[in-house]
Amino acid sequence: MNWVHTTLVLGSALLAVFWESAFNGVRHVLGAQLDLLPPLMVYAALKTDLKTVCLLAVLGGLWFDSLSVNPLGVSVLPLFVIGLAIYTQREVILRDETFAQLVLGFGASTLAPVLALLLLLTIGHRPVLGLNTLWQWVVMSVGGALMTPAWFGIFDWLRRTFMHSRVPQASLRSNREMRRGRL
Amino acid sequence: MKRPHYIALALVVLLTLILLNLPNRVTARLKLGIGSVFLPLFGVAGSLQQMEAEAGHLAVPRSKLVRQNETLLHQNQELRLQAMRSQDIQRENSRLRALLGWESRQPWKLKLARVVLREPSNWWRSVEIDAGSRDGIKKNMPVLTTQGLVGRIASVSFLRSQVVLLGDSDCRVSARVENKSGETGIIGASSPLNSEIVEMSYLSGTTDLKPGQPVVTSGLGGVFPEGIPIGKVIDSQPVDFGVASVARVRLAADLSGLDEVWIVLR
Repeated sequence: MNWVHTTLVLGSALLAVFWESAFNGVRHVLGAQLDLLPPLMVYAALKTDLKTVCLLAVLGGLWFDSLSVNPLGVSVLPLFVIGLAIYTQREVILRDETFAQLVLGFGASTLAPVLALLLLLTIGHRPVLGLNTLWQWVVMSVGGALMTPAWFGIFDWLRRTFMHSRVPQASLRSNREMRRGRL
Repeated sequence: MKRPHYIALALVVLLTLILLNLPNRVTARLKLGIGSVFLPLFGVAGSLQQMEAEAGHLAVPRSKLVRQNETLLHQNQELRLQAMRSQDIQRENSRLRALLGWESRQPWKLKLARVVLREPSNWWRSVEIDAGSRDGIKKNMPVLTTQGLVGRIASVSFLRSQVVLLGDSDCRVSARVENKSGETGIIGASSPLNSEIVEMSYLSGTTDLKPGQPVVTSGLGGVFPEGIPIGKVIDSQPVDFGVASVARVRLAADLSGLDEVWIVLR
């Protein structure tokens, strides 16, 4: 049922990008919009396979850029670099610990806009940058950190709802049964 | 890192390089194609907003609606009188222009559009509106509200268009300060701290700018017609050893609360 998990992650990415564009409550209150893709990438890198990480980076990045003034493809590489870095180290990460999720979400949400801006400046674009950008960066980092455990919670619920769980092995197994009487 | 990781990284880097080096026209079409994935979500969001608005209408008391209706009727009558006066002035203007042999001014054709999306990233200033080439929208058409200029059309698809707002590095406007000298300059990027304030540069060093002086479009450059309000001067300071000066201008239109905008179709 791995494809269900991948589909759920990609569907969530689509909804996340749409939410970022269509709903502006956070932007009105805090003066900056949250980016939900880096926390989602943290979840994908810790809980899914490399194929899903690649698909999330490519499709999530392209969906994001299609609704933005960003040149198409700018958001793909930062997302993938973050996802791959976490994916390669995930064996040594306590992925079910909320603190670890918060720290990884904070790191990913801090790094993603920096990498995207570096890429934009490298290819000759001139985004609107100033002291305001620092505040937006803080909002994105803290918001991303808080959203990472939220994504884990949402996907735990989705997995319980849409995917079957393995039947736990019975303690009584036929090959371990002691037979009494004459052989 | 294992071999599949390197292969995946190489593929993603290759894809990014290909996408970033595509011609602008191809990229615009690709963006439209990819963005069409969101069309069903637009429909759902639109219906939800409509339901929310209808629910809100049910909650408004009748007495408030009657009061509002009376106020609007008064405003309507005032505006009709102003329009009659304007028509008279316009006729006089056309007659005088004809006497001087000047080309007569065409009245603006306007198209109302609703803002459906905002820029998801924090480093661009743009919005998306629900009017496209089907409605006669073309690239570079000016976009405004009743308060003043908002920006210009940056790209157009069949049903939607992207508007680059004032303060973005991609939206520069030739502007004039409405004072005795009628100084012209360029409205450029927004202030580092406040996005409602933009910088007006290329003003002469001897200019006499005072806080509160209105700034309007100059009509130079051919994109924006003359006389659209942009904002008011906050202050100015000399730059380049006093040879030039830069003014800070507070925008007349509230760019953070845009719901509906007008597009000047010419």
